[in-house]
This record gives sequence, structure tokens and C-alpha cells, in this order.
Amino acid sequence: MNASVLVPLPVVLPLFGAGLALALGRSARAQRVVSVVVLTLVVGIAAVLLARADADGPQVMHVGGWPAPLGISLVADRLSALMLLVSVVVALCVLLYSLSQGLVEYGPDTPLSIYHPTFLILVAGVSNAFLSGDLFNLYVGFEILLAASYVLLTLGGTADRIRAGSTYVVVSLASSIVFLTALALVYAATGTVSLAQLAGRLDDLPSGVALLLQLMLLTAFAIKAAVFPLSAWLPDSYPTAPAPVTAVFAGLLTKVGVYAIIRTQTLLFPDSPLSDLLLWAALLTMVIGILGAVAQDDLKRMLSFTLVSHIGYMVFGVALASDDGLSGAIYYVVHHIVIQTNLFLVAGLIERRGGSTSLERLGGLARLSPVLALLFFIPAMNLAGIPPFSGFLGKLGLMQAGVDNGSWLAYLLVAGSVATSLLTLYAMAKAWNRAFWQPPSPEAEAEAIATGATTDLHGKPVRTDAPPVSGKVAVALRAGMAGPAAVLLAVGVALTVFAGPLFGLTDRAAADLRERTPYIEAVLPGGAP
Amino acid sequence: MSPNLVLVIVVGVLFAAGVYLLLERSLTRVLVGVILIGNGVNTLFLVASGPAGRAPIVGLNDVDDMSDPLPQALVLTAIVITLGVTAFLLAMAYRAWQLNGHDEVQDDVEDASIRRRAERDEVSSSYDDSAGGTMDEEGSDETAGEGEPAAVGTEEERP
Repeated sequence: MNASVLVPLPVVLPLFGAGLALALGRSARAQRVVSVVVLTLVVGIAAVLLARADADGPQVMHVGGWPAPLGISLVADRLSALMLLVSVVVALCVLLYSLSQGLVEYGPDTPLSIYHPTFLILVAGVSNAFLSGDLFNLYVGFEILLAASYVLLTLGGTADRIRAGSTYVVVSLASSIVFLTALALVYAATGTVSLAQLAGRLDDLPSGVALLLQLMLLTAFAIKAAVFPLSAWLPDSYPTAPAPVTAVFAGLLTKVGVYAIIRTQTLLFPDSPLSDLLLWAALLTMVIGILGAVAQDDLKRMLSFTLVSHIGYMVFGVALASDDGLSGAIYYVVHHIVIQTNLFLVAGLIERRGGSTSLERLGGLARLSPVLALLFFIPAMNLAGIPPFSGFLGKLGLMQAGVDNGSWLAYLLVAGSVATSLLTLYAMAKAWNRAFWQPPSPEAEAEAIATGATTDLHGKPVRTDAPPVSGKVAVALRAGMAGPAAVLLAVGVALTVFAGPLFGLTDRAAADLRERTPYIEAVLPGGAP
Repeated sequence: MSPNLVLVIVVGVLFAAGVYLLLERSLTRVLVGVILIGNGVNTLFLVASGPAGRAPIVGLNDVDDMSDPLPQALVLTAIVITLGVTAFLLAMAYRAWQLNGHDEVQDDVEDASIRRRAERDEVSSSYDDSAGGTMDEEGSDETAGEGEPAAVGTEEERP
């Protein structure tokens, strides 16, 4: 069977599922079934695509049968398929988590009619961005996922979320405008938006024009990926959203930006004059992001800052523009999607158990809930890069690539990434000490109980006077929330155990990207017209 | 290809006005700015598509006289996206007005709290004053931190 017919499905299925879920808005149970079935199918399809792309080269689908430079092509090469697989696995875990959270807080019959369709549309947008074979379709993918993220971030419309949402929406709009303007200029300069065709035509442009286009595209993607001078919006807007929403944003949205940077840097601007600029941006992102994290005393905000900081590692790998650097960056993206989502899900669990995410108020959780402590400890150490976890392997790969590069700037970056890693460990240790080991202060505890500090998916305080659910059901539901977090933890550990084959895959993906021809020839079999 | 100068000037004016409005605090003005820049970009696509020609329908017109249809398709998509975003921003501005009595984009909570602290001349809550005292004696700093872990919660010292 030709696997290329599967390529559009990760986009089409979630969109179809979103429509169905919206139509079934009155029946919460049917909505849940639709979302879970659709995402499970997409996980399967993404796995097949990855296997086929690795075995037979890029899988290409020309939508509507129009050949490449004319029509829209969807391409699943090794990089796209890998990103897609990891993203939908993470999205499925987050969905399962939010199902249990909804069940815990509302009982089985209350529908969240908007949440499920929007979540599926978000997944469709992410898939479209990963699979897109032309620059304009990439823009459309971004817009789909951004529109869904606006709705998810302001779910319930509480004062906090509107405040955070307005910053987020305006910043995202600004980046979209830059991207669209860059698209118009790209078309004016080259007469095409197909990535494969652009790869050939951009080489012929005067270097000044190409540099301008590259800078504009980089600016647009850097805002989305939260690379340092353009990252200030992220730690402010993410923490106010419901825990599963923050988790899926942290895992997927910034990584789509990083993916776009990798794709355009390797395919369109291979001999980039901006490597040094990117290296500086990577260094500043790492160091300034982690300094922000160290200063925080709220767990969610701290995690948001570590998210920004670790984007720097990926940009570092891309900026090195070597096979090893790219391979390390791709491995790091995969690792970071899983770990960061996991940590945010656990932060949600901590919020439920401890009544807050403020490190001032939390305390004694290690005694209260050893399982929760374990769920936090392993990904936290993984993020900090303690051997033998995947975080360590990813950072090691990147540092080796940096040392191989040999310039003083690359060495500076290596030093910066070691320092960042240590400071991440410091931040995680601080969170661990305060939330899990330190005994809770009695006043804070009393206050937390009195105000009911947890908020639900709609931002309303969780009712503490609700009739208690019977023992067995409550245990099952709590397991339903902790389960997906545990699954992600297992995926994170699997990234460590199977690091050999995975690094093999990312090596091949990086080699493809640097070579460029496999992608171009798969999209344009007859050569560029 | 020589671009149409009038269109280029229109693009410039739309962008300038749009950027000015985008930098405002009020969400409604930001929205107007976004719409203006959106139209500016759409016009830029028209500039990019080259000289205007006849309708690009095969069989109706000669290929050489046709205008380039692709930018027009892109512009259509962009218009639809701008429409959706506009609707969302309007709803959000209205909600902000309902909640706060104005629709201004507010400060980062961090900025706001730092400003409050600066006005009251107090240190950040993550600054651990009880553990050690002087920062240059790192050894004593650590032992103090380990010896009395509960001392971190300086709740009673905070006003």
C-alpha cells in the first residue's frame, strides 16, 4: 500500500472529529469518545508515516491532484513524521488527563461543549504546520493552531485569563503579520511559495534580498518559539490557563515555531550568514530564561521560564548548522515536548493536591503523596539533565556538536548550556525542597483551605462542599489524572532507554535536512521548473 | 517588473497607521490597527502579483493577458483568517470591558508586583533573608539553610 494517502489524515481527521464533537455538544460522553478515538487513530497514522518515511523516504501527497508548484503539497519526511508522532502522543495524554479532570470536577454528565472541538482543531493546526510543503500552508497551520489556542487560553473568560489572553493574542497577531508580510515579499521576489521550489530560487536572489526574507521569517518564528528578545509574552500568559491547556501549549506550540525555524533554515537558507546571530540569541535565551526561573516562587511560572530557557538549546543546535548539531536539536525537541508537558501536568496534580502552585504555600507533599513526588522528581531531574536521562543525552549531543564546531562562540555556548543546566537543577531542587520536603506553614494551609485556591477548567473555584464521591470511584478518577502523567513519564524514560535508535533516526533526519535533495526530489520529481 | 507606485504608497500608509494603532493600549484600537495592517498586507500581495490582467480563466482569455491568480487565492485566505481573528478580538475586548470597565491590555503580573514592591521598598518573596545574612560567606549560608529548613517561610515578617 502506498502510505502517501495517509499523509493528509492527521489534518483531516481531527478537523472532522472537531465538527462531529461540536455537533454532539449535548452529549458529553459521545464527545469524549469521538476525541479519544480520533486522536488514537492519528497516533497510529503518525507511527505508520514515521516508519514509511524512514524506510522509503519522504511521503508526499499533492492535495487535489495538482502537482507540486501549483497545488498544495503535504510532505512527511523523517523530521515532520517524528515531530507529528511525538506531538499527537503528547496531545492524547493531555486529553485523557483533562477527561479525568473534567470527570473529577463535574461528574459524568456535564458537557464541556467547546473544549473538545477546540482541542482537536489545535491538533489539526499542529499537524498541518508539521506536514505543510509550502510556506503559505505553514502560515494557515499556524493560524489554525493559534485561533484554537486563543479560545483555550481564555476558556471561561475570567479576569485573569482575559488579562493574560490579551497579551498573548496581540503578540501572536503581531507575529502572524510579520509572517504574512514576509510571505508577500517572498512571493514578490521568487514567484512561488512552495518550499521545494523556493529552495532553488532563493539561491539565485541577491544576497541582501535573501537576508531580508530570512530575517523576517526568523522574527516571525522566533516570536512563536519564544526565543529570547521575543520571549517575554510566554511566562506571563501560559500559567493562568487550566493545567492541561498549559501543558499542551508548553509541549506543542513553541515547538512548532522551532520546527519552522529548523525547516526554513535548512531547506531555504542553508548557508546562512545569520549563524552567529542565532548563536547569540540561543545563549541569551538559555541564560536569561533560566535566571527568570530561579527568581520565581510559583511553580507554573517557574516551569514557563524553564520552557523559554530550554528553547535556547534547540536554537543552539540549529545555529551550529552541522549534522550533529541538527540531530541533537531534533532529539532535544522530542525530549523537551515530552518532559515539559509532563511537568506541567504534574503541576496541575500538585495544584489539586496542595491547593496551590505557589511554593510559599505548598509543603510536605512528599509525605502526603509519595506517588506525586515520584511523578515530579523524575521529569524534573530529566529536565535538569542528570545522567542517564534523555535530557542529559540531548545536552551531551549538543555540546559535542558545539565542541566540534570549535569557534570561540560555540565554546561560549557550551559553557552557557552547562551553566543553564546547573541553574535548572537549582530551580528544580528549590521547587522540590519547598513543595515536597518543607513542612507547610499552618497559616498558608488554613488560607488555602479557606479560599479554595484551586480553579477548574472554567476558572471557577472548585467546590469543596461538593458531595464526596464514593471511595473506589474517587481513587479511579485520581488514577485517571495521574495515569497520563505516568504514561508521559514512561515515554520520557523510554527516550532514554531507546536513545540509540532514536539518535540514529535523528541523525538520518539531520542528514536529509542538510542534503536538501531528498525533500526537493520527493516533492518535485521532475526537477524544479 | 515595475510595481504600481500608488499601491506601494497605499501599503506604506496602511502599515504606518496600523503599527501606530497596534502600539496603543486599548484593545479596540489594537483591533483597528490589525485590520489596517491586514489590508496593507493584502494590498502588498496585489503588488507582488505583478501588473493587473484579465480574469485567469482558461479558455476565456489568452494566457499572456491573464493576471496571476495565486496571490489572489492567498489574499482570500488571509481575509478569511483576519475576519475570524477580528471577531475573536472584538469578543475579548467586550469581555475585558465587562470585567474591568475598560479594554486596555494590562501589565504583566510580574511587572505589576515588582512595581508595588519598589513603591513599598521591600524585597522579593523569593529572596531568602533568613538564611545566612551575608551572601559572600557561602559556607555559612548553606549550613544555615540546612539547619533550619522551616525558616524559609517568613510569613510573619511580611507586612
